[in-house]
Amino acid sequence: MELADLTAHELLELISKKELSPQEVVKSCIDRLERYESKIKAYLFIRNPEEVINSVKEDAPYSAIPIAIKDNILVKGLPNTCASKILANFIAPYNATVIERLNKRSFNIMGKTNLDEFAMGSSTENSAFGPTRNPWDIERVPGGSSGGSAASVAIGSAIWALGSDTGGSIRQPASFCGVVGLKPTYGTVSRYGLVAFASSLDQIGPITKDVTDCALLYSFINGYDPNDSTSLNIKPYIYSPLKGDIKGIKIGLIRELLGEGVDPLVKRCMEDVVKTFEDLGAVVEEVSLPHISYSVPTYYILAPAEASSNLARFDGVRYGFRASGKTAEEMMSNTRGEGFGPEVKRRIMLGTYVLSAGYYEAFYLKALKFRNLIASDFRKVFERFDVLISPTSPILPFKLGEKVENPLEMYLADICTIPINLAGLPAISIPCGFVDNLPVGLQIIGPVFSEAKLFEVAYGFEQATPFHKKRPQLGGITNGV
Amino acid sequence: MLSIEEVIHIERLARLKLTDKEREMYRNQLNDVLNYAAKLDEIDTSNVPPMYHVLPVSNVLREDIPRENFSQREALSNAPLEEGGFFVIPPILGGEE
Amino acid sequence: MEYEVNIGIEIHAELLTKSKVFCSCPVQFGAPPNTLTCPVCLGLPGALPVLNKKAVEYAILTALALNCKINRNAIFHRKNYFYPDLPKNYQISQYDTPIGIQGYLEIETSNGRKRIRIRRVHLEEDTGKLIHSGGRITGSDMSFVDFNRSGVPLLEIVSEPDISSPEEAKEYLINVRDILIFLGVCDGKMEEGSMRCEANVSIRKKGSDKLGTKTELKNINSFRAVERALQYEIERQVELVSRGKEVIQETRHWDEKNEKTVSMRSKEEAHDYRYFPEPDLVPLEIDDAWIENLRSQIPELPEEKYERYKNLGLTPYEAKLLAHDLELSIFFDRAIKLYNNPRNIANWLLVDVTKELKDRNKAITQTLLTPEIMAELLLLIDEGKISGRIAKDILPELIDKGVSPKKIIEEKNLIQITDTSALLSIIDQVLKENAGVVEEYKRGKEKSFMYLVGQVMKLTKGKANPKLVNELLKKALG
Repeated sequence: MELADLTAHELLELISKKELSPQEVVKSCIDRLERYESKIKAYLFIRNPEEVINSVKEDAPYSAIPIAIKDNILVKGLPNTCASKILANFIAPYNATVIERLNKRSFNIMGKTNLDEFAMGSSTENSAFGPTRNPWDIERVPGGSSGGSAASVAIGSAIWALGSDTGGSIRQPASFCGVVGLKPTYGTVSRYGLVAFASSLDQIGPITKDVTDCALLYSFINGYDPNDSTSLNIKPYIYSPLKGDIKGIKIGLIRELLGEGVDPLVKRCMEDVVKTFEDLGAVVEEVSLPHISYSVPTYYILAPAEASSNLARFDGVRYGFRASGKTAEEMMSNTRGEGFGPEVKRRIMLGTYVLSAGYYEAFYLKALKFRNLIASDFRKVFERFDVLISPTSPILPFKLGEKVENPLEMYLADICTIPINLAGLPAISIPCGFVDNLPVGLQIIGPVFSEAKLFEVAYGFEQATPFHKKRPQLGGITNGV
Repeated sequence: MLSIEEVIHIERLARLKLTDKEREMYRNQLNDVLNYAAKLDEIDTSNVPPMYHVLPVSNVLREDIPRENFSQREALSNAPLEEGGFFVIPPILGGEE
Repeated sequence: MEYEVNIGIEIHAELLTKSKVFCSCPVQFGAPPNTLTCPVCLGLPGALPVLNKKAVEYAILTALALNCKINRNAIFHRKNYFYPDLPKNYQISQYDTPIGIQGYLEIETSNGRKRIRIRRVHLEEDTGKLIHSGGRITGSDMSFVDFNRSGVPLLEIVSEPDISSPEEAKEYLINVRDILIFLGVCDGKMEEGSMRCEANVSIRKKGSDKLGTKTELKNINSFRAVERALQYEIERQVELVSRGKEVIQETRHWDEKNEKTVSMRSKEEAHDYRYFPEPDLVPLEIDDAWIENLRSQIPELPEEKYERYKNLGLTPYEAKLLAHDLELSIFFDRAIKLYNNPRNIANWLLVDVTKELKDRNKAITQTLLTPEIMAELLLLIDEGKISGRIAKDILPELIDKGVSPKKIIEEKNLIQITDTSALLSIIDQVLKENAGVVEEYKRGKEKSFMYLVGQVMKLTKGKANPKLVNELLKKALG
């Protein structure tokens, strides 16, 4: 086992015990980069290795633990492309609030990671700069849209990472890459400086190797921000060591998310998950959320509608790519036509259509009503259960190119993660098994602001299972010391 | 079924210059998604209020205190074309055809 | 055929907040281009709006002053349209829940008082500014964009089409402007663009209950332009209809130079703004306590002042002039507490003081004249210490130096001569020196008397009490 295979909390402990010089971790991650980045392509921008090493400070432990940032979270002075041609030459002139928070602890940024263009997708294939590959099998996708962040953590070119999640973009790639990912309660992490996809659904969250790292990183980024009107002015989550005692808690297994379209091998994993929880003293019951099956159509109306408006600002006037044109209008249309990729254009077209005159009520307003029905399903169920569980993805990591031709099929695979964003709830994905050396993720969902409880339940499961210790074996990386 | 004329109308509203091939592709794909979205007609939602926000929050306001922010240089730092402190763009209306 | 005119007016007023409506950039005019911006008002990716409390309060204040109902639950919407001066390519505005609805404003018309209904008062953000090379929108080879104005709070005030003539339109606009100025929420300068106006105009046959097809007039940048543009457009429509043609629903531009409205023929399709609730902002809940607190802050408005001034004995004309001038009326209100002859003060303020202010191109608050000085001056006249003539002579000095009138007349020895014996000897001298004129008077030439009075005043350098001179002169002439 090399340093890059360890978790942040393990490394921090070694550093504090002086068993490790802080620069060694960074060097180990850079070594991983040099060896595997050309195959994985997790990054769109990598900082100069010298600079990363020189940023390590003796009195700032977090500067020793490199972090990767999804390339839709603004870091002042660094490029921010959103994996789009339209922002290919854009340099962020300000910091996202989460970056300001990390800077207070002298966090050391390794680079900006690949994503589906503007976070629209579930495979990282929709990047204008080429796909990222899954470290467990480079023929397969790492999931998306935070595929670069998840892959970088899995391969060890960063110890931990930030992603963003609008309909599963943290949890699903975490699941596909065998790591941990949290989609926090809407409003607990500032969105200021996150390039908006769908404002009412977007949240930034951590991607890490285990639950403890996830809780730690979440504690650094959550909390009220006066620059984000949807940020909640409540007591933030503060990290304290996890115990993992889940005896007696009530867990609901969502029936609708284990039905048609779920890979039987994934179902098998879920049966083992239930057994593990029961062995730990939890009570697991099947539960039904009657409107959850409407989540996908609801989401694919609301998210594109918001996106069509959010992405209107990319017009070639003030920043980014500019195409030619005789008039301002022509320039703007050409810029957008040439600058956006196919999936982004598809969603802008869809979103513009559902908001246009005569269709608002039939589509957008109706979707908002379903959003209410879905959210209230969850509210009711949480009167009886502490947490709910489901697979994070109904399918295993698929091969590159396998689903590119059929967008609707790709959308349907988001069924397990989308309802959580619609209801504004927190959910964590943790490794819960392997099928043919491909990771499977378990999604644990809680009521709003229940992150602390999610960490405990996830930690309890994690400590009882070996999956979080497994690392991808690529090009001779050995598993274990 | 979405017509090509409707696709062109949306394309104009969204300021997206599309090729004929793209128009045809999006017409089909949008139709697939919209047909699928018709699933939402299965339930009568006339008495369900729309959910605009998942958070029960209101009146988030800031005090009227001005603060200097970007310098002109910073404001223009990503400008595709600038002159004399302005962003420069092609003319609003072109010459008459 | 007789026609009825229906005019609705949409006013955009820039609010006098210190910072912009959704970010803390300063609101300032005349700064170098793009020096008052930030990620929010430049529409940078990732930036988010946070609502300015003061802007909301100004909107509520105005809505209350315009007799509107306040929407307890007001939300913001995105109005989606592409234009290079709109950084996000959507404008944060209000749609079906504006801050104020169903208000009204009463105006004076040639047929008496009239109520103009106000449909809505809502808050939104201003756009940046476009400058076309060569100064013209057509034929320029590039355009320049400045985002300093982007995000300045704008209040939109929309009337129902209750206005029936260009004169009424002007009256309505002046009334709204004065309310905004009295509330302190907008400086109301149309020429500088801090108050902008658009009008929709339609005509219909007298007695018809259906509104005619309307045109929308833009680019009307002064009160004078409002009247002229409307007059032109009404005549154009009447001419069309009386020839049996139809009015086309369109936007027309007021061409100030050529004094006509021109169609803004554009390839733009019918507007489809795709309004939807702004997800980056949370709802505004405006409760009774907040409303009442603001209501208590509304100062006396021109309408109430006008009534009060008439009750003080001012003529309707004087009352109106004073009531609509914020600074003069404040001065007046303070002065009448010190000197109890409102008409006299009003007269002085509206005639002599106004003339002096015009000469200096200054507002009364920009001079050193105070209500105390004014009252002292008028008391000196009443007490017979100085004549009105002298008072007028020293007014410029009072305005420019702010000194006490008593002091000036003492220093310059301007106190009126009321000593009979002193005056008699001067009269004596005048009669001797003007024997011819005296003769004419005695033969019945009345005008000669005034000449003799003038001579006495001249010798006393205007300090003689004119009433006393009259009396004594008459006696002396027998």
